[in-house]
Amino acid sequence: MSVKSAITIKGTKEGLVFLLDDQCDFVSLLDELHRKLDKHEQQLSGPIVHVFVKLGSRRLNEEDKERIRSAIRRQGNFLVQSIESDAAPEETEAAKNVIKTVTGIVRSGQTIRHEGDLLLLGDVNPGGTVLCTGDIYIMGALRGTAHAGCEGNEKAIIAASLMTPTQLRIAEVISRPPEEWASAEPSMEYAYLRDGVMEIDKLTHLHQWRRELMPFKGV
Amino acid sequence: MGEAIVVTSGKGGVGKTTTSANLGTALALLGRKVCMVDTDIGLRNLDVVMGLENRIIYDLIDVAEGRCRLNQALVKDKRFDELYMLPAAQTKDKQDITPEQVRKIVEELKPDYDYVIIDCPAGIEQGFDNAVAGADQAIVVTTPENAAVRDADRVIGILEQRGFKSPKLLINRIRPNMLKSGDMLEIDDICQVLAIDLIGIVPDDEIVIKAANQGEPTVMNPSSRAAIAYRNVARRILGETVPLMQLEEKSGMFGRVKKFFGMG
Repeated sequence: MSVKSAITIKGTKEGLVFLLDDQCDFVSLLDELHRKLDKHEQQLSGPIVHVFVKLGSRRLNEEDKERIRSAIRRQGNFLVQSIESDAAPEETEAAKNVIKTVTGIVRSGQTIRHEGDLLLLGDVNPGGTVLCTGDIYIMGALRGTAHAGCEGNEKAIIAASLMTPTQLRIAEVISRPPEEWASAEPSMEYAYLRDGVMEIDKLTHLHQWRRELMPFKGV
Repeated sequence: MGEAIVVTSGKGGVGKTTTSANLGTALALLGRKVCMVDTDIGLRNLDVVMGLENRIIYDLIDVAEGRCRLNQALVKDKRFDELYMLPAAQTKDKQDITPEQVRKIVEELKPDYDYVIIDCPAGIEQGFDNAVAGADQAIVVTTPENAAVRDADRVIGILEQRGFKSPKLLINRIRPNMLKSGDMLEIDDICQVLAIDLIGIVPDDEIVIKAANQGEPTVMNPSSRAAIAYRNVARRILGETVPLMQLEEKSGMFGRVKKFFGMG
């Protein structure tokens, strides 16, 4: 069985271009690189060869890039000139701050899962679940279950126009209204963790608690 | 080409079969040609409620498996010439027929009838899949109880996933005196949670039980409030605009006249 090689080496005027496959996993890519280079040990004592590594759409951190460099450097006369990737530059913090907006009703038995912050324009009915690694904002009634910061973010909040949930969870903390608290407020509210305990407050007080949410200061 | 309407609910015992029988009969009463299909295989009831049990020769499974022609299995109603019923099998199981087979049968019925009313079994398993397979429209039946509303919500979610654009809601077995005392879920609250169009509200009526036991659909008895409610639903299916029934006890002739002129 012939496996398509993950590494293609091309000669150019400037030196060698290593085209690395961007679909296979990184460990097998590195193995393949070692194997390929071991085959050509006779070149050890040649003149200096410039090597240009092209990663395709693979994105690597500095540590992994260094592993590629050191693998190629073992050949003695190979000199890595560049490691390039045509992947889009990593999303900046500001770009990650974009909220995903979803419209519709989360009915009994249905689940929305999202990495990041979520804005739901609609209701969550009893038996429905919203799971988010970040904040959850619901423009509608929250009657089901909401779990914000589900991967451990204790700073996450859950805000809803009408807060009558079956259960609220932030990070690892679970709260069951109305046994633990009852909402009598007709205004928008949010749930947050204060010293590991779930609290409910009016949404208008949010800026006092989470100042990093870019507060509006007025003009 | 007729329209196939499935009557479903998720929860059992909320009145799917009663609703199917009464809507089918009410539509026939309004001069439409109707076929009711019972898909509750193994627990068939529609024939009992309609009083047609002793006329069954073939059933849905017989048609699906080719033991008879569709027309041979249809049971003609004893009250109306234009009302038919396709009974479910009592000895088989829901797994003994596929949604594809039901779809084919419903497709075969639709050209010959104005309405095909499909009675769905409780649950959301294969029996549900069978029932909704051939339907164009769905009526979700619920009662003013939390458990029934929860299940209705689940079913509406599944129907929406299956491409039903706007399922209709029918709230059954409302007790006006309990509504008044606040012991029952408000109709407005149910509509707010389920967020679909309301096609009718039917008050709880002892006559419904009596009628079902006698094999005579309630709509035949115009003195029953449930009968009037079901007739109203049938008229809404036909596209008429009928105001929701007033649930308070009758307020005398004068009051009704006042209501009629919008002064009540």
